[in-house]
Amino acid sequence: MELDGLVRRFQKKDIIAFEKLYGMYWDNICGVVYTIVKDRERAEEISQDVFAKAWNNSESYNPGKGRFFTWVLNIARNAAIDELRSKSYKNQKKNLSLNYFVDIADKQDISRISDHIGLKKLVKNLSRKCIELIELLYFKGYTQKEASEQLDIPLGTVKTRNRSCISQLRENITLEWT
Amino acid sequence: MYFPIAGEHYFRMDIEKYIASGILELYVAGELSEEENMEVFRNAQLYPKIKEEIQAIEASVLALSKTVTPNIARKKGFDDLKVRIGQRRDTTVVQLPRPKRNWSARIGWAAAVLLGAGLSWFFYENSRLQSEFDVIYKENTVLRQEIFEARSSLNSTEEIMNAFRDKDVIFTPLEGQEVAPSSYARVYWSKNEQKVYIDALGLPEPPEGKVYQVWSLTLNPLSPTSIGILDSFASDGDKIFELSNPNESQAFGITLEPEGGSDTPTMEQLYTLGQLEAS
Repeated sequence: MELDGLVRRFQKKDIIAFEKLYGMYWDNICGVVYTIVKDRERAEEISQDVFAKAWNNSESYNPGKGRFFTWVLNIARNAAIDELRSKSYKNQKKNLSLNYFVDIADKQDISRISDHIGLKKLVKNLSRKCIELIELLYFKGYTQKEASEQLDIPLGTVKTRNRSCISQLRENITLEWT
Repeated sequence: MYFPIAGEHYFRMDIEKYIASGILELYVAGELSEEENMEVFRNAQLYPKIKEEIQAIEASVLALSKTVTPNIARKKGFDDLKVRIGQRRDTTVVQLPRPKRNWSARIGWAAAVLLGAGLSWFFYENSRLQSEFDVIYKENTVLRQEIFEARSSLNSTEEIMNAFRDKDVIFTPLEGQEVAPSSYARVYWSKNEQKVYIDALGLPEPPEGKVYQVWSLTLNPLSPTSIGILDSFASDGDKIFELSNPNESQAFGITLEPEGGSDTPTMEQLYTLGQLEAS
């Protein structure tokens, strides 16, 4: 309820409401962007742009067509992918689909994310396919079909599989919080 | 899978089933078509349980994405953003000593102000066009994806239609057996392609933890060979399943088996059975 109210005020260009929403989702958006561009400074810069874009297009958000977070997430994924497609990254375009954030936890990159212990706890008993599926669908904006091709699983099972992966994630979160 | 819009023609919908289908997870991911989004939104307003589920799914994605945010001292923050969107109010006004009247300087300042105004109008217009462009670009991407999906679903429908109409395809109706007398299924077997299409619309939904398994049978002596499982039965919209069948089948049967399937059919759970017409 509170969220709906904030979003409505945001759409009426209420800067106070916008600041609250910014505070609520900044880390998430920056996290998603970071997993795509893998550069801390750029991730921060792009995330600022994402919120600016959200503000400038606030009237185009329609609650009937999706969650507010999903809307911002979409802007963020597009902005991050655009960045990758820009000239400076052209040659590494292929890398986009091959680096999973799950690997971050295993590499020296570990100190670059703010809560690597949290990450490990959240994904601890999830299969690799599960983590990859979640990353593709939520963080990289793959369609079901693209994800099924990338991970070599039947298209018809993406939906139910994703449900069970997210359910496991939710269980881990519940354990974490209790 | 198709779910009716709640409240229009149906008094109740199976909320548990709807939730279990995984549609809400895709809703949060932003992977649904516009129509599906609208439908989920309406259902969420009608059924608090659906809304709660959506919030819980979103919370899990939020928790996960938060952990991977880069570890940087937040240098920019909301003040920087306010500048970007032109909302920052200057809170400190520096009082300058009154300069002596200097007309050339005044004209200079006036020109600078005009130039500044012109520039900011230019930037405003530019960013407005840019965001308009972004919105259109996004819409375009969504439309392209919808067309693509519609086309691939059309292709597979055509494929099935062709298979059904092919004169070399052997059609066998399977009749309901003791455990489920009213159930039925149809098998379309393309011997050349070694494929069978099972139309399983006449089978009830399998109970939790159970799946349907299809068997190719040879008679005298009776020996069953598994052809496959009807995967994700509940979420399959048209209930048509494609399996490969390299066997010399004389009959087909469908049994209910524990998840993952069995090596041999559980005959007490034989739902439907049908023998090929002797040719």
